[in-house]
Amino acid sequence: MIKNGTRLQSQVCGTQVIVVRTADSLDDLRAGGVPMVPIGAAISGDATLDPAFSDGNVMGKRYVDEIGAEVLVTKSGAGTLSVGTIALSLKEAKPLPASD
Amino acid sequence: MSISLLLEMATSSNPDRTAVVSGEIRLTTTELSVLADGGGGAIAASGAQHVAYVGTGGVMVPLLLFSSARAGVTSTLVNYRLSEDALRQLIDRLPTPLVIADPEHRDVVAGAGKQVITSDEFIDTARTSEPPAQCPDPDDVAVVLFTSGTTSQPKAVELTHNNLISYVTGTVEFDSADPRDAALVCVPPYHIAGVGAALSNLYAGRKMVYLRQFDPIEWVRLVRDEKVTTATVVPTMLDRIVSVLETTPVELPTLRNLAYGGSKIALPLVRNALELLPHVGFVNAYGLTETSSTIAVLGPDDHRAAFNASDDALARRLGSVGQPVPGIEVQIRGEDGTVLEPGSTGELFVRGEQVSGRYTDIGSVLDADGWFATKDIALLDEDGYLFIGGRSDDTIIRGGENIAPAEIEDVLVEHPSVRHCVVVGPEDPEWGQIIVAVVVPAGAAPDPDELRAHVRAHLRRSRTPDRVVFRNELPTSPTGKVLRRELLNELTRSPT
Repeated sequence: MIKNGTRLQSQVCGTQVIVVRTADSLDDLRAGGVPMVPIGAAISGDATLDPAFSDGNVMGKRYVDEIGAEVLVTKSGAGTLSVGTIALSLKEAKPLPASD
Repeated sequence: MSISLLLEMATSSNPDRTAVVSGEIRLTTTELSVLADGGGGAIAASGAQHVAYVGTGGVMVPLLLFSSARAGVTSTLVNYRLSEDALRQLIDRLPTPLVIADPEHRDVVAGAGKQVITSDEFIDTARTSEPPAQCPDPDDVAVVLFTSGTTSQPKAVELTHNNLISYVTGTVEFDSADPRDAALVCVPPYHIAGVGAALSNLYAGRKMVYLRQFDPIEWVRLVRDEKVTTATVVPTMLDRIVSVLETTPVELPTLRNLAYGGSKIALPLVRNALELLPHVGFVNAYGLTETSSTIAVLGPDDHRAAFNASDDALARRLGSVGQPVPGIEVQIRGEDGTVLEPGSTGELFVRGEQVSGRYTDIGSVLDADGWFATKDIALLDEDGYLFIGGRSDDTIIRGGENIAPAEIEDVLVEHPSVRHCVVVGPEDPEWGQIIVAVVVPAGAAPDPDELRAHVRAHLRRSRTPDRVVFRNELPTSPTGKVLRRELLNELTRSPT
């Protein structure tokens, strides 16, 4: 299982994420329809963005799957985040007042 | 992965926004990032395994945190107010440190046999050094902070990159601040809130204005001149700010949010502040060093609702620390370890990614399921609001009965003749311990029997102080924690 705090990047767009709450499902985390890989890992040269997964994602937002796995977008990109072919959903956060 | 990620995100979203203002220094996020790259290079080149900073902070706080992270080296911010001996003892506990000290503290650490440079020298070197090529593991220790050691030897709390990132990304919405927002930071750099402020505000996209040594008049001036929108203080600071505002009423039109925390606050002070600053949203933030800062928050709406409430249960919430932040689970456990229902008093246990619970030389004190014992006495109400009743170490056992000093203090401080108070339990041959109320009077000292009667009217008879003594002030740490042990020693030496 991927460790919390792991940083991953897309192979087909600029998306980067950090794993906030891990689960086995994240082993099949994809961006733009193509599996995400650890930052710094080799990127497949012939993979392309799947038009069916090209809705993009938003910097600084959290995305969750159905079983509660959670990633945070640290760099936004053109691909949709998904586990397998099921798109992750944007997690709405209740804003907290500044406390520090 | 390191806390440096937070700076990278801020830089990519708002490269030219002012991130830090400290005296004459103003840095944009990009300038801070470039300087932290060089600072990281300077630290890596020193060969040090640890960085210790002794000074009043300001721009040095974010710079040190991010430089160390980029060098893959742990940093420690040390209490510059400590005696020479105490400072050296703490620094000696760090593995091969590079000591960075403000010029006025340089001499204190110069003879300690460590590599020492001044903050100015560090910044100069950072301007000309190449970035390091390090990438720490998320579970590497980012920051070590020493606990204040009010009851025992200071413990070295280890906070990992993952602890701190979980805290910031779990409690702060990225880039949510308005471009005009500004946070006034006056908490000491060696306090967890000082670390939290540097990371949280940057992540929120909020300019940080540093006040390196707290002064209430200067605080008010900075709020006005820098158009400060949010600020965080410890209760003793709030007390002094309220005194200034009472003497010289000043409008603080830009201030939207005023957070307080770090030690227990007296309710009359909160009410005073709410009245003096009716347009300000107050925030009570509760947390520990071991939990990477805030784990529960009582927000502005809760404050006003409780302040204006006629219903007792709702009004009582003014003394609550609010509800747990996202990602934090809480349990109240009884002495036998069972989890208690709402409404019962026990010890607070917390769990979450931001909770470290790990100390150098001791290791992790989390239980098998990841829960951390806060050693704070606490209660949850039916709606999940958390009430903190002091440290379990401070419990007085009088004639076999457990008495939480906070319970008596909360009642005493409501008496009009009481300005500050603390309740301690010196040893006693007959009762084991007795209850002594140490009171700083508001004006002339009242009759001790009047105060005892006041407590008796509100609490069970066993809570009535055996003695009431008066003092001109209470001994406190710089962050406002009352030094109970000092009072106990004093009372034991002169039992009158």
